[in-house]
Amino acid sequence: MSDFKDIIYNCRQATYLIEKRELIKLTFKEQIELRMHLVGCDMCKLYVKQSRKINEMVKQLLKSDMRHTIRLDDDFKNALQTQIDDQLNKN
Amino acid sequence: MMNEQTIPPVHQPPDPKNWVAMYADYLFAYTITRIQDEEQARDLVQETFLAGLQGLQKYAGKSSERTWLTGILKNKIIDVYRKKSSGLKTQEINTADGEVLDFFNGTDGHWKQEHRPQNFGLNDFDPLANKELNQVLQRCMRKLPALWLSVFTMKHMDDEETDVVCAELRISSANFWVIIHRAKLNLRACLQKNWM
Repeated sequence: MSDFKDIIYNCRQATYLIEKRELIKLTFKEQIELRMHLVGCDMCKLYVKQSRKINEMVKQLLKSDMRHTIRLDDDFKNALQTQIDDQLNKN
Repeated sequence: MMNEQTIPPVHQPPDPKNWVAMYADYLFAYTITRIQDEEQARDLVQETFLAGLQGLQKYAGKSSERTWLTGILKNKIIDVYRKKSSGLKTQEINTADGEVLDFFNGTDGHWKQEHRPQNFGLNDFDPLANKELNQVLQRCMRKLPALWLSVFTMKHMDDEETDVVCAELRISSANFWVIIHRAKLNLRACLQKNWM
């Protein structure tokens, strides 16, 4: 019982379990603990939402319009092209 | 000497002459989102092309050229992660807390008053439409210790298996969870601070 008491009031432990839950299945005990914590903790409830949103944002960083805005400059590309051409001619 | 006629026809012959035009920007963007260092990202793109040239015979045309080159690049990025994080592990995990902040009270594990999550509209944003938010996110990612960022991106961006991340970066699974947790706490706090 003292274990349960710990988690019910412990946001450090709760956020740890929240992150774990996003990636693997929690043990039965962990599930219960987290659920009990979240019932009474609005801050961690908000954390759950924000954490998921961040995962989503990170996942699509590359797919976003970044792909169109991040470019190598032409000088570097030209140098690269020359290097490749040299290599190809050697063979 | 190799007789050209014995080479089996490949599905899609590699075309290194066009690599720069076709893939340089893509590979660069792929790298920069993962290692956040422009200079190093350029080097890696260059190394990838050169490694590709040397391994031309190994390209069987089974995957697209882009996928094949990305695979080479990915291994190089993992090498960078490994170099950046080796030897720093324990040190980073221990000291980073002091520098990076502890968000919770030592005694009861409650959120400290000043670090409590607040509603700053994060969930209302469409990340696809919001370039600025993405830029803040990337700046925040850059502030993470190298090992944390490596673990975080391998897991969340590349969807690697946890075992693979631990093996590649040589960390224990206990450390893996500690890092995943702290990286997210710091990212979230950084977004809140810079976006509100």
